[in-house]
Amino acid sequence: MSTDDDKAGAVRRPDRAGMAIAAVLLVIALAIFWDTATLQLAPTYGLGPKAMPYVVAAGLAVLAFANGVLAWRGGFPPRESLDGRAIVLILGGFAALIGIIALGGGFIPATAVLFAATAAAFGRRAVHIDLAIGLVLGVAVFLLFDKLLTLSLPAGPIERLL
Amino acid sequence: MEALDALLHGLTVALQPLNLLYALIGVLLGTAVGVLPGIGPALTVALLLPITFKLDPAGSLIMFAGIYYGGMYGGSTTSILINTPGESASMVTALEGNKMAKAGRGGPALATAAIGSFVAGTLATLGIVFLAPWLVSVAVNFGPEDYFALMCVAFVTVSATFGDSPVRGLTSLFIGLALGLVGIDRLTGQARLAFGVPDLLDGVEVTTLAVGLFAIGEALYVASRRHLGEEQLEPVRGSLWMTKQDWKRSFWPWIRGTLFGFPIGALPAGGAEIPTFLSYSTERRLTRHPEEFGRGAIEGVAGPEAANNASAAGTLVPLLTLGLPTSATAAMMLAGFQQYGLNPGPLLFAERPDLVWGLIASLFIANGMLLVLNLPLVGLWVRLLAIPQPWLYAGILVFATMGTIAAKPSVVELSMLVAFGVAGFLMRRFDFPVAPIVVGLILGPVAEAQLRRALQISLGDPLVLLQSPMSATLLGIALLALAAPFVLRGLGRFKANED
Repeated sequence: MSTDDDKAGAVRRPDRAGMAIAAVLLVIALAIFWDTATLQLAPTYGLGPKAMPYVVAAGLAVLAFANGVLAWRGGFPPRESLDGRAIVLILGGFAALIGIIALGGGFIPATAVLFAATAAAFGRRAVHIDLAIGLVLGVAVFLLFDKLLTLSLPAGPIERLL
Repeated sequence: MEALDALLHGLTVALQPLNLLYALIGVLLGTAVGVLPGIGPALTVALLLPITFKLDPAGSLIMFAGIYYGGMYGGSTTSILINTPGESASMVTALEGNKMAKAGRGGPALATAAIGSFVAGTLATLGIVFLAPWLVSVAVNFGPEDYFALMCVAFVTVSATFGDSPVRGLTSLFIGLALGLVGIDRLTGQARLAFGVPDLLDGVEVTTLAVGLFAIGEALYVASRRHLGEEQLEPVRGSLWMTKQDWKRSFWPWIRGTLFGFPIGALPAGGAEIPTFLSYSTERRLTRHPEEFGRGAIEGVAGPEAANNASAAGTLVPLLTLGLPTSATAAMMLAGFQQYGLNPGPLLFAERPDLVWGLIASLFIANGMLLVLNLPLVGLWVRLLAIPQPWLYAGILVFATMGTIAAKPSVVELSMLVAFGVAGFLMRRFDFPVAPIVVGLILGPVAEAQLRRALQISLGDPLVLLQSPMSATLLGIALLALAAPFVLRGLGRFKANED
């Protein structure tokens, strides 16, 4: 992903981010094509399960080409500058959430970390306060949905105490 | 007058205390999420799907419909008071509405939006009552090939015909269709596109896609643009009440907006943007106060708001009678029907009239509730806008993620959620429409099943698609709708060169 933005009114030049999008679409199309081609199955009446994936893969390949042409001609919409730190913070929050849940840390601490990371991405500086708010919110959500509505949320040490 | 009998019967269902409660919860939630930026009715329905799984189908569908209508009311409040429309259909409202608020006429702007939404919602729901049985009587004779052709029309209109760029719309649609292929094929039991990952055998969860695209994608997008400056919240000053003059200037725009919105919503033409733009430009041409346009003309709020609500109601016609969703929220409602094993269509009208007509009748009730909730209580909703942005978005992400954590707390599922979030962010940044991907995921497998059923009946002869006059006509329309934006663009370029 490139962060350079096309200034409106500038000379139209190939859009690298747009070319990358076209390349990703082409990869998806090839992956669908490959998966379908390696599918083993018995003959059926009419259309088998292979027809639709081939159509979708072909469509995606054509669209990858069309997007590539658009990007080459500079036909992608102009974009404003981007705050990369905010994106890293939110995605980091999610990575931590997935890690905590996978390692059995439970729903509440995972939620608290996501809450604090997102708040920081939106410009908050008081990480400790936000972590505390996240913990309280996590406990409240856990009590409401796990105990009251009997949804099963992943439990760690804190959840087992409740 | 069969329709009226059915509606009266539906009213007895909708007026049951528990269903009234569901409608009330729906409109409250709907208004709240409509008012809050960064969260909309499609996301809310998606979040509620796993929670409502065990509830009574009629009740939760009534609640979903309440959320849909409520979201339309709430969205106008946000666009009038902070000029950041909660959803694209409210964009036009912001044009004049925010100017009115800045000029101290926020009260009448909110009032004409709410009353206009009520008028349009009620008239359009009446439209459903009379149009739906007729469409059902036509659709009863549809074979699988006709349904397939109809879905092709919906795919094209939702993605290509009315968007900014047919290429980007179709790209979004095809990604949705590809996601719909993942998992075990319903007809043969073959695993497709699972790449050996057991989590993928069940297919891509609608909730995971919607939460990723709408909640995480939106949060990433807003956070990445925060440094560009925030919009100010306009306090509501002065009287809420409309003067006699305001009423006079609002009445015909409401009616005209409804006349634009309902047919376009009902046609499977997709999206509420077109009728709101049409209504705005019409009012601008017809007004006796052209000098006020651009500086806060009440007609420019009344008309588009009515058009917006009428088209939302209109999209319920193809959804209920044909199982055809033409907006992201309608697609989520279809997923709601599917989770109870219900398939909207003529059969549902015959088998579960209590449910269908109860739902339609509850729309009238929801509309009435919304008028009350939005006029006197508007101050309460405005206070929601005062939640500091960091906590608002952090809270949205926590609640949004919770649905997926509760349903499937696996690393694969959560990683998919984040991947869809990144995709949603990139789609917003590069201006790809989001609705087609959701429609593709939900409607794609249905369309494939219909096509394969049609070809099984015809013993594999593809000409069956052209032999049914209905299917041939619909496929022709789909082709025309696909070609239209390219041809028209070509004409436009030709004209531009001439100048």
